[in-house]
Order: sequence, then structure tokens, then C-alpha cells
Amino acid sequence: MIRKKKCVAMLLAGGQGSRLYALTNHMAKPAVSFGGKYRIIDFPLSNCVNSGIDTVGVLTQYQPLELNDYIGNGQPWDLDRAFGGVHILSPYQAKTSSDWYKGTANAIYQNMHFMKQFDPDYVLILSGDHIYKMNYSKMLNYHILNGSDCTIAAIDVPKEEASRFGILNTNPDGTIYEFEEKPKHPKSTLASMGIYIFTAQKLFKYLEQDSKNPASSNDFGKDILPTMLSCGEKMMAFQFEGYWKDVGTIDSLYEANMDLLGDVPKFDVTDSSWKIQSRSPLAPPHYIGNSGKASNSIIMSGCEIYGNVENSVLASSVIVKKGATVKNSIIMSDVVIEENCQIEYSIIDENTVICANAKVGEPKESGKGIAVLGRNITVVSGGVVEGGSMVDKDVVKEGK
Amino acid sequence: MKAVGIIFSNIHDNNVPELARIRTLGSIPFAGRYRLIDFPLSNMVNSGIDTVGIITKNNYQSLMDHVGSGKDWDLARKDGGLIFLPPFSDLENDSLYTTRLEALKGITSFIFRADEEYVVMTDCDTVCRINYNDVIESHIKNHADITLVYKKLNSKDIIDDSAITDFTLDGDRITNISYLSEPKNTEMNVFINVFVMKKSLLQNIVMDSISHNKHHFMTEIVAKSLKSMKIMGYEHKGYYMGITSLLAYYKSNMSILEGKNRHELFGDRSVLTKIRDSAPTTYGNSAIVKNSMIADGCSIEGEVENSIIFRNVKIARGAVIKNSIVMQDSVIGEKSSVNCMILDKNVVIRDKRVLSGSENHPFYIGKGIMV
Repeated sequence: MIRKKKCVAMLLAGGQGSRLYALTNHMAKPAVSFGGKYRIIDFPLSNCVNSGIDTVGVLTQYQPLELNDYIGNGQPWDLDRAFGGVHILSPYQAKTSSDWYKGTANAIYQNMHFMKQFDPDYVLILSGDHIYKMNYSKMLNYHILNGSDCTIAAIDVPKEEASRFGILNTNPDGTIYEFEEKPKHPKSTLASMGIYIFTAQKLFKYLEQDSKNPASSNDFGKDILPTMLSCGEKMMAFQFEGYWKDVGTIDSLYEANMDLLGDVPKFDVTDSSWKIQSRSPLAPPHYIGNSGKASNSIIMSGCEIYGNVENSVLASSVIVKKGATVKNSIIMSDVVIEENCQIEYSIIDENTVICANAKVGEPKESGKGIAVLGRNITVVSGGVVEGGSMVDKDVVKEGK
Repeated sequence: MKAVGIIFSNIHDNNVPELARIRTLGSIPFAGRYRLIDFPLSNMVNSGIDTVGIITKNNYQSLMDHVGSGKDWDLARKDGGLIFLPPFSDLENDSLYTTRLEALKGITSFIFRADEEYVVMTDCDTVCRINYNDVIESHIKNHADITLVYKKLNSKDIIDDSAITDFTLDGDRITNISYLSEPKNTEMNVFINVFVMKKSLLQNIVMDSISHNKHHFMTEIVAKSLKSMKIMGYEHKGYYMGITSLLAYYKSNMSILEGKNRHELFGDRSVLTKIRDSAPTTYGNSAIVKNSMIADGCSIEGEVENSIIFRNVKIARGAVIKNSIVMQDSVIGEKSSVNCMILDKNVVIRDKRVLSGSENHPFYIGKGIMV
């Protein structure tokens, strides 16, 4: 028997995420913490598993250690398989050449042998920087039913934002007749979500061609897709409806976290029919003391709350001491917030310590923006971090 | 100093018949996300014991589901690891064991096959953190034949009137074992059901009991050998709670709300348990929570005080939970009031119900019941 997989997913997780600044100094964007419990990569990975795709190549490049560690053998997602499962694909040295991944298409091209060993009929290309729940098998069915060569997932965006995206111009039957990368005057509001399904043989053919073209930037959006279109391949847009958020910037990452809160959250991770799996921390249930208060917040296991937590997302083992207030903020795991600190409109990365009486961030209304503190730093007792500042080393400045 | 571990998961089921009716004592939920077996099992793993046999008897489906292959304890090994020892019966003997010694007779092949020098045996009624290496070291230093672990307790530490095994000590040596039906006024050396001995000795004891038809490990073997063998005590000095009754179970859970106890048990995150995925817990605008422990996956809109809330519990607006233990997947309706209750898994309390036990008589509601 020849073993094969109908569809193999390739997840591009090499992005540096430079617009997340201090949060991605030491790790790739897909490893950034989200919603208290998750990492960004949990969403595409869980979507794959829930859609019945059990073979996923994760392409890493920038600061891969944390991500590799996190994915491990894929067991939390049920992707520790004898045939298939999750595989980390990093750039490697070959007999005649050794290259970093030059562009998204080049990254996939360099791992052609990985895909080919599963003899797939279709290849799903994903990126590791979006928060959404999507059934890829619906998209795959659409691709197959329409006899498409490449299907691109697309979402309707507000007209005024359309010029930030790659826009797909389609015929009434869903076929694409034109791509426009960040157009000044968009003709439609259908934005590409960076999710592609290719008929495998076509993909391999165009990747080979692209690799031989020295003028190419080896990118899907800029090179592969336009070439396929001009060669007359059938390309379809698959319209997605639901929550989808690019978390490539501090503001969008913040918003996406806040979308989990409220009586009826905009984005629901508690839905048991579409579970988002993740590698869970080993910690006892969280504890809220007599002086503690939590409202409209998410709090993970291992936290100890003696202060006031409001409209915030707290990852595991965060300590909020007596008299401290945490408002409108995202606190990642193992952060310690000591007595009488005031945290407002901030994102604080893992293991950072805010010593007593310090003040971090300023209310949104101040217009200064979100204060971001990197990991493993200390804010001295009485220290002040202004709204909108980006901090990746210890803060020694005391307030007036 | 390699040791093999043996955990008795069913002995003492009668301590908490309410909770053990549908499960083993070892799989009774504890402290929001754990099961009682997590404590002895983690103690073993943290003491470097990597071959552990779990003796079961009946209703062990929940236990097998919890422990699985042992991977969450790093015990899914090619060599050794976690070994389930369900009851063994043959044509001559088709009844289930009723005592510790009979249980051991049923696992002779496991004992024979183990190539570790020592054996550590423990039950699941003991919530504590203990390094078994320290016990083994003391065992070797004392040239002991058997070492039994005890905890010094006063009558005020004894929660209920269940029988107490009390040691009389001469130095470290146990000179007398008495079974008290009510606590003494002086300090007692209460046995906490942890045994250490050489594997070869255990092997001899089991074979000898088969041929001489002995049934009771403590009374027929240990108590009768106090002179002929060196039977030593080892004092456990840290946190300890014995699950000797439903009341003790309730008070033990409540004791975790005290910071000192909580940090001693869980401070270094070394108590391992089955990892289950739940979304994080969300608090609504109307939530008021005081002195409580709350696991992942909950949705809290009501008021919670002095309580332990397990995973995926929903507490609606206006509901008030006080001094209670609420297990996994239970739902508390709007404006209900729950005080001094133990709610098993999947209990549904509808809107505007008022339920109350008392601090010394917590009231128990069984799995899946709707009130």
C-alpha cells in the first residue's frame, strides 16, 4: 500500500514580527502569548486538527527555539502521529547550497521533499499570525468542487481599511481576475487572508519555475499568485465569514485580546465544538484572596490575586499583590505585580517584576498609546513607565 | 538506591463512600484540578522512582482515564514506567482481595520482576509532599527491615472519629502499635500509610503469607515482628492531610485556601496531574470572589467565597457560593445560594435554590444530580 495524505498543511512561522517590538525580541511572532492561555500558533494548528488535517509542516527561521520547544512533538494538538503529525522545518544545509528562506515561496520550495513524501493531492498554506477559527475542510471542498488550481481565503473588510490589504477582484462566480497589493483606490473590499489551497502538482510546478527565475522575490503574493493568474490557471476566492484578526501590531494584538472579554465576547474560545488546543501550564487553580477582586477579566491557573483586576487578561502564575490595580491590560505568565502598583493600558511580557508603588501605562484617553514591557525586566519600586513607551530593559527611574 | 513504587488505589474506599461509590479513592477530585492519586504519584516521580505499579480493585475506570499511559507524570516508558495492576483471579481464587496483603499476593509477578533494591508502598488517602529518598536514606542509616512513615498529631488535628494507628517509639524504633478509636490527649505518632522495605523482604513476606494463609499486613506481620525485625518510624514534618472521611475530605480541601499550605503543596509546581484543555476562566462584571481557588474553564458571574471551584463550572449572576466544593462541569443557576456543600461532577442547581450544610456536616450531592 502506498501511504498518502489528501492534504498537507504548511504553516509559515518564520516571521520576525518586528512591529511587536519588545514582545518578539527573543521569539518568533507565532510564539507570542494570546488570551492568557494560548500562543498565536495554536489557532492555525487547532484549525488544522479540527478540520481533519493531521500533517503540518511548521516553517521556522527567526528565533525558533521558543517555538520549537512549544510545539515539541505536537502532542497537545494530537499531532504526535506515526505517519504525518507536526514537523518543524528549519532552513538547512544541502550538498550544493545552504540558504535561509528567502521569501514565503522559497521557504515552501526548499521543503518540497517534505510535502512529496506524503504524496498530497492538495497543499494548504497558512501563516502564523492570525487569530481566527476556520474550517479548512470547507475551503478544500470548495476548491475541489470548483476544479480550482488555487483557492484563496478572503474576508470582507471595511472600505476604508481595504487599502491595507491584498485585494482580490473577482467575477460573480468567484474566480479571481486581478490581484491588487495594498491598492490606493480599491475596486473591491475582498481581502486576502493569506490562506491558500493549491492543487499540489500545480504548486510544485510553479515553485520550480519560480526558483529558476533570479528576478523573482520568491513570494506567494508578489510572484507565485500573479504568475499563475497570468498563465490562465483557475483561481478562486473562498469567502470567509467570522472573526479574523491580524495580530501583527501592538494595537491589533491588544484589541484581539480584549475581544475575548465582555458579556458576549466578539471572539469565543470556549466553544467546545471547535476547541483551541494548547500546551497547558502545570499550575494549581488560581486563587483570589480576601482583598482581591476580578471583573470582566480572564485569569489563568496559578495566579494569586490580592489586588484589583479589571478588564484584563492574565496568563498563568501572575501574582497581583495587595493594593495593586491592573486595568485594561494584558499580563503574560509569571509576572509579579507588587503592592500598590498601578497598571493601566499596558502589555507586560513574561517574568517581569513590577516593584511596589510603581506606575505603568496611562489611560487610553491620554492618547499616548499602550505601554509595552518586555520579558525578564524589573521596574523599580516607585518607578514610572509612561503610556505608549516600549521598554526592554530594567526601569530604574523613579516617579516625582 | 533504586526503588519501585506500589500505590494502592482502592484501599480506604470506605473512608469516603459517597465519593468513592463511582470511583476509586485515588481518583477522587481534589483542590480544583487534581485527583488524590496525583500526590503519591508525583511524590514518587519527584523522588526519582520511575517504575510504579498501581493496584486497583473495582470502579477503576475513572482512575485509568485520569492516569492514562502515565505520560503526564513522565511515566510512559519503554522500560518500567506506569503499570496498572487490576485484580487477578483464577479458578481457585475468584474473589477480590479485601486486605493489603491479599492485594500484594495478587501482584507477586510484578514484585518478582522488579529489579530495584527497595520498594515504596503508599495509599491514596494521604495528601502531602514527601521525598521518599529521605525515607529510604533513613531506612538504610537505621539498618531497618521496614520503615513506616508517621506524622505527629494532637487531638485538635484529628478531624473525625475514624480509627488512628498510633506508634510507640523508642528513638526511631517502633515498639508498639495501637489502634485508637478516639484520639489521645497527648501527642500521637499517626501512621500515614507509607511503607519502605527491601524488595526481597516484601517478596519473602508475600510468599510466606501465601503458604501460611495470612491476610493482614499490619496486624499479622508488622505488629508481630516488632521484636524479631527492626521496624522503624520516619517522621514526616510537612503538610499532611488524611482523607479519612467526607468531613476530612472537606476540611483538607479548605486547608488549601490557606496560603502557607497552598505554597507548600504547589509552590514549586511539582504536583503533576493529567493535563486537560479548558479555555481560561472568565469573570463577568458582577463577579465577587473572596478567598477561593478557581480552576480553568469557569465562567463566574456570581459571588464566591471560601470555596474550591473545579474546571468548567458556571456560576450565574446573583448566585452565592460559600464554604463549598463545586466539582467539574457543575452549573449554579441565578440567585441560588449554596453553603457548606460538596457538589460532585455535573451537578445542576437551578435558579433560586437554597442549599446549605454546616461546617462540620457538609452536605454532599452526587454526580449528575439536578436540584
